[in-house]
Amino acid sequence: MKRILSVIIALLFFFMIVTVLNSDSSDSMGIPRYGEVKLSERVSAKYIEKSVNENQDEIRFGVTADAETGSANMVTSIVVNYRSFDTLGEVTVLFISATGVGLLLGGGRKRIGSVISVSPVVKTASRVIAPMLMVLGIYIFVHGHLTPGGGFPGGAIMAAGFLLLVAVDDEKRAYKGLKILEGTMGLLYVFIGIAGLLISGSFLENFLPTGVVGELFSAGIIPVVYSVIGLKVGAELSGIVDDFISEGGDEI
Amino acid sequence: MIQYFSMMLVAAGLYGLLSQKNLVKLIISLNIAEIGVNLFIVSIGYVEGGAAPILSSVSNNSSLLFVDPLPQALVLTSIVIGVGVTALALSLIVSVSKSRGTIDISELSSGGGDRE
Amino acid sequence: MSVFSFIIGVVMVGLAIFAIEAKKLLNSVIMLSAMSLLSVILFVIMEAPDVAITEASVGAGLTTAIFLLSLRKLKRADVE
Repeated sequence: MKRILSVIIALLFFFMIVTVLNSDSSDSMGIPRYGEVKLSERVSAKYIEKSVNENQDEIRFGVTADAETGSANMVTSIVVNYRSFDTLGEVTVLFISATGVGLLLGGGRKRIGSVISVSPVVKTASRVIAPMLMVLGIYIFVHGHLTPGGGFPGGAIMAAGFLLLVAVDDEKRAYKGLKILEGTMGLLYVFIGIAGLLISGSFLENFLPTGVVGELFSAGIIPVVYSVIGLKVGAELSGIVDDFISEGGDEI
Repeated sequence: MIQYFSMMLVAAGLYGLLSQKNLVKLIISLNIAEIGVNLFIVSIGYVEGGAAPILSSVSNNSSLLFVDPLPQALVLTSIVIGVGVTALALSLIVSVSKSRGTIDISELSSGGGDRE
Repeated sequence: MSVFSFIIGVVMVGLAIFAIEAKKLLNSVIMLSAMSLLSVILFVIMEAPDVAITEASVGAGLTTAIFLLSLRKLKRADVE
């Protein structure tokens, strides 16, 4: 009975959405058809032309200097520069969830061991591969304004390197300094915002000079902010994994 | 077509949330609905014949048509928050299972056995 | 391209139904990880490389690892 009722409710929801998708886009609530979008009617046209504050001519890769954000990756310039306050909220939500996991599960001295025996070939190979994974993560968030990626997948790949080290060796735990690193990087992001407030007059404004579009040292504070976010997310997710493998503490 | 499939995923996640009794299956249904919603939001920003929104030496600003980058920025935030919520929910489930001994919601709501 | 995304969409909906109705929890978690991976392909078809990299590393990598670790701890709490 419960199952039939839930199937009916799910089918009703799907039918309602299909009706909205098939309606004419001249209605006021019609979602535009897949692919037929006029970008000049949306605010993203200003983000693409990098002309939110003043009008800008054509932007060319490697030639234009002192553009508004100066980063070649447009999604990065939206996430870190135009809508940077939402990123601050997201970093806060991750911090709260990592604190919650640490309160509920952490603090134990022992850790769960692996069920199968790991051969020394796997142990030695993982000690070679895990630093390569961390270097890949650092590359992804340092070049966040030139190539796709950014702070969040870079930090996740660093946490995957940590997970490899922990899954193979039965004695390894995280260092104590991991949680301190995470908190410090969070504070640093807020301090960069306050520095923007003191120097230029708005919170989290881009106050370093933005160089030529396409070089490594360009785009103002965007590489700095993404490095801070990448280190913070990497330390946070590693701390969550470390809390999940510990046991024996006085949990709630 | 992708929009219809993503809404089917949301409907499947809704069915799982309404009918399952195991707590871990509820979290899995929530993740399925989240994948559907993220796909739908990115599909709103797709422009036919557009290129990926990154400037490079072969795609300059005025001569090419770009895909809308704003929904992609929103979905980036949404994916990371989904991971945070999943981690906290799973740690709560482990803690409940240690103190009540069961992860079945009908047994939990009728005051099932208190361990320790 | 349209036939390709149609096939991937059908496989994803099938995996979702299977993940909800599976008897063992381990099967559900593996189906969820496979669905995450297929959604990365759909993100690349829709020209969104940032979202694809984030979903691949965060969704298909770390969420699966956290699910499997918590399943291990739940089994322990049951046995004891």
